[in-house]
Amino acid sequence: MTKELLNKKDIDRVLSRIAHEIIEKNKGTENICLVGIQRGGVHLAKRLSAKIGAIEQAEMPVGSLDISLYRDDIGMRKEQPVVRRTDIPCDITDKKIILVDDVLFTGRSIRAAMDALMDFGRPAEIQLAVLIDRGHRELPIRADYVGKNIPTSMSENIEAQLEEEGLEDRIILQAKE
Amino acid sequence: MRNAMLIKNGHIIDPSQGIDGIGDILIEDGKIVKMEQKSRRAEEQKKKSPDFRIIDATGLYVIPGLVDMHVHLREPGFEHKETIKTGTLAAVKGGITSVCCMPNTNPVNDNRTVTEFILRKAYDEGSCNVYPIGAITKGQKGEELAEMGMMREEGCVAFSDDGMPVVNGILMRRALEYSKTFNVPIISHCEDISLSEGGSMNEGALSTQLGLRGIPSASEDVMVARDIILAELTGGRLHIAHVSTEGSVRLIRQAKERGVNITAETCPHYFTITEDAVKGYNTNAKVNPPLRTQKDVEAVREGLKDGTIDIIATDHAPHHRDEKLLEFDKAPSGISGFETALSLSLMLVHDGVLTMSRLVEKTALHPARIVGIDKGTLKTGSDADIAITDMNKEFKVEPDKFISKGKNTPFDGWKLKGMPIITICKGKIYDWRS
Amino acid sequence: MKDLVGIKELGRDDIERILDTAASFKDVLKRDIKKVPALRGKTVVNLFFEPSTRTKTSFELAEKRISTDVLNFSVPTSSVVKGESLLDTVRTIEAYGVDFIVIRHSSSGVPHFIARNVKASVINAGDGINEHPTQALLDAFSIVEKKGGLSGLKVAIVGDITHSRVAKSNVYLLSKFGAHIRLVGPPTLIPDMSGYDVEVFYNMEDGLKDVDVIMMLRIQMERQVKGFFPSTEEYSKNWGLDEQRLKLADKNAIVMHPGPMNRGIEISSDVADSAQSIILDQVTNGIAVRMAVMYLLGGAKGNA
Repeated sequence: MTKELLNKKDIDRVLSRIAHEIIEKNKGTENICLVGIQRGGVHLAKRLSAKIGAIEQAEMPVGSLDISLYRDDIGMRKEQPVVRRTDIPCDITDKKIILVDDVLFTGRSIRAAMDALMDFGRPAEIQLAVLIDRGHRELPIRADYVGKNIPTSMSENIEAQLEEEGLEDRIILQAKE
Repeated sequence: MRNAMLIKNGHIIDPSQGIDGIGDILIEDGKIVKMEQKSRRAEEQKKKSPDFRIIDATGLYVIPGLVDMHVHLREPGFEHKETIKTGTLAAVKGGITSVCCMPNTNPVNDNRTVTEFILRKAYDEGSCNVYPIGAITKGQKGEELAEMGMMREEGCVAFSDDGMPVVNGILMRRALEYSKTFNVPIISHCEDISLSEGGSMNEGALSTQLGLRGIPSASEDVMVARDIILAELTGGRLHIAHVSTEGSVRLIRQAKERGVNITAETCPHYFTITEDAVKGYNTNAKVNPPLRTQKDVEAVREGLKDGTIDIIATDHAPHHRDEKLLEFDKAPSGISGFETALSLSLMLVHDGVLTMSRLVEKTALHPARIVGIDKGTLKTGSDADIAITDMNKEFKVEPDKFISKGKNTPFDGWKLKGMPIITICKGKIYDWRS
Repeated sequence: MKDLVGIKELGRDDIERILDTAASFKDVLKRDIKKVPALRGKTVVNLFFEPSTRTKTSFELAEKRISTDVLNFSVPTSSVVKGESLLDTVRTIEAYGVDFIVIRHSSSGVPHFIARNVKASVINAGDGINEHPTQALLDAFSIVEKKGGLSGLKVAIVGDITHSRVAKSNVYLLSKFGAHIRLVGPPTLIPDMSGYDVEVFYNMEDGLKDVDVIMMLRIQMERQVKGFFPSTEEYSKNWGLDEQRLKLADKNAIVMHPGPMNRGIEISSDVADSAQSIILDQVTNGIAVRMAVMYLLGGAKGNA
C-alpha cells in the first residue's frame, strides 16, 4: 500500500518556505554553506541553494557529504555498501553549515554527518534542514527547518522520490515488505 | 574336511587359464581344489558337511584377488600414516590380496633385517599377502648398491628406490646388471630431479594460473628414455613405475617394439583425472608424478589398451590428515589408493578401454608374473585369493570410512560404479556387504 | 565477498566497486584529518611470513586510517620456527578475535587455504608466485587516474613474469578490462599463459613500441644463480628501461614499478625520476586501495 504524502507542488512550496526560513534565521546568506547528505539531501540542497540564491541574489555554495564511512552499523550491513563522493567546496572552519537531508528518522545519519563534517574543519555552527521528520529519534537530535512532520509507525517506510534520480517528484509512505 | 566353501554360479574370469564364463569354484583349506563350469556338486557337498559354506555369486564376477605391486605400507617408521595391519586390511577391502611394499620406510628396507621385520609383521598382523621390495641403493641415497642378494633371499621380490630416482646413470646401469643374478625387476621411479625441483604440480598454463611451480612432463620422459636405453644396454629387467605422460607411453611403446625387456605400470589416478583436480589447492590431488592433462590421460588409456602398459598398481601412499593440511608446496605427495583402485579400474571396462579379462591381467596376473609370485590365478592348487565383484553396485567415495589411515584421496565424494563385495584371502572370507 | 584472495576470483564489477570506493578514500587522504572511523572496533592482524617493508607499511597505514586496531605478527619470534603448523598459527590468531587477516606467504595458495578455515576476512598480501591482488588493484587505480580507463590500452609488463605475483595479478586484472597486454622478458622468465590474451616479446624494443603503459618488475638477483639469465649486466642491457627505450613507447606513456627498484638494472634513474614515472603515485594510491578493500570486505561477520 502506497500513500502519497507530498506531490511535486507540495515539495516546491515546502522548499521555498525553508529557503526563506534559512535566510531569516541567519539574517542573510553570509558565511553559509549548504551540505546535502548523499543521496536525496544533495538534490534538495542544490534546490535550496537555487532558491536562496534567487531570493538574495547571491551565490550559495553547496557541498555533498557521504556518511558511509561514519556509520555505526558496519557490522550489521547485509549488502555491499556503496561509497559516494564527498565534495565540500570550501573550508568549513568558522562557517555556518546547513546540513540538508530528505527524511529525518532515528537521527543516526545526522550524527554520522556531523562527525564527518568535523573531520573537515571546525564549523561555527551546524544547522539541520529536512524535508520530512517522521519521528522515532534514537539520538538527541532535532531539525532547525522541517518541511513536514509526519507521524509514522516503525513498520512503515518513507521514500523521497526526486526528479534528479529520474523519478517524478513525490514523497510516499509505504508499508515495509 | 575343514573350511570348505563353494562359490557358485559366478562369472569366473581367469586369464591364466583363458577362462571367461559362468561356473563354480570349490575351496578347501584356503586352496582352490576344483573349478567347474556348470557344476552340481554344491548340493552333494552340503550333505557331506554341515559347515560347508556356499556363496551365491550369481550376477557377480569372480576374479583372482588383485596383485598390487606398488604400495606404501609405511611400517616401520611412519605408523601414524599407515601400518601393515591397517594397510593390508584396506587392501583386502579393495579386492587386493597381495601387495608389494616399497622400501621407503624408516629405516629404509635396504637390508635383510628390515625385510624380515616386514614379513614377520605381515605374517602376524597382515590380512593379505605382503611381498617387500628392497631398496636399490643403501638408504635410497643413490650412492651404493644395497645387498640385493641377501634381501632376495629373505623374500624381496623386486628392487626400487621409489620416491627417489636413481640419478646416477652408472649406478642404474650396475643395478640393472647385478639384479640379473636373481632375475628380479628393477622398478624405476623415473624423474629427473633437476627438471622437477621445486615443482608441486604438472607444468603448464594451469600451474601458472595457480602460481605453483611446475613439473614438466619432460622430467619423467627424460628418465624413462635413459632407463630404457640402460635396460637395452644391460639386458636387465626394467619395470617403469607410475607412467603419467604421453611421452613416456610413446617411449615405452617404441622400446617394446624393439624388443627391450621392460614392463610398465600406471595408477588409477593417471587414467582417471587430470591436473584440474589440483584447483583450489587441493593437497589430496598432490601426487608424484603429478596429475597431468587430458591428452596424457588419453595416452595412458591407449597404452593400457594396446598393451604398452602392462599393469595397474595403486601407488597407495597414505598420509596423516595433518600432513595434508598444509601449504600446497609443503604438503607431501601421495594418494590413498587401495579402496578406490578396483572401482576406478572398472571404469576402464565400463568405458570399453579394457575387457574384464584384460583388466584382470593388468591388475592380477601380470604383476604376479613380473615379481615372480604364484598369484593372480585361479588355477587348481593355488591359494584361494579371490575378489567377488559387483560390476553395477554404485557407491559414494567416503574417505572417513576408509579402513586405511590415509584419507587422502582426490576422489572424495565421487560416485563410482562397481566394487569388490567379497574378498577371500588367506583362508578368510570378508563380506563387505555387511 | 568475505575475502580477497586473488584477482582471478573477482568479477569485473567487484573490481570496479573497489576502484570507485578507493577514489573516495583517496579524497580522505587529501584531508587534514586523514582518518575515518569506518572500521572502528575491528581488529586486523598483519601476518607476514615473508619479509616486506613496503606492502606491510602500506597495509598498516591503511588499517590505521580506517580506524582498525592493528596487530603485527612477526615471524622471527613466532612459533612458526618452533614447528607449529600454519593452520594452528592462524587458528590461534583468530582466537584472539581478529576480523581481518592480511597474509603474505612464500607458498602459493596459502590465503585460499586460510580463508577456507577461518571466519575472518582474509586479504592476500602476496602468495608465492601466484598473486598480489592489492598491487594490481592499485596499479589499475593509478592507470585509470592517468589514462581515464583500461580498455584498449597497450600495456607492456617487463621482466621476470614467471616469478612475479604482481605481473600475474596485473595480467588477470587487465585482461578482464580489455587492455592489450604484452609480456616482455627473456624466454626463461615468461611462463605458459595460454588462456589469456597476451603477446610475448623477447625483444624489448619490439615490446615497447607504442605502448601506453610500461610496468617494470623488480629483478631478483638470485635468479641469476639459478640460470635464468647469465648476469645482471646482460639482463640490464637487454631488458632494462632507459630513456632511449622509453622513447619507443607512446609519447604520453606512463612508467610504473611496484618497488623496490634496482636503479640502473631494470630501470635507469632518469626514467624512474622522469615526469612519465608514476611510481610515487602508486605508493599513495596503495593506501586508498587497501582501505577500500578492507572497507568493502567488512571483516568477519558475527564475530563477537
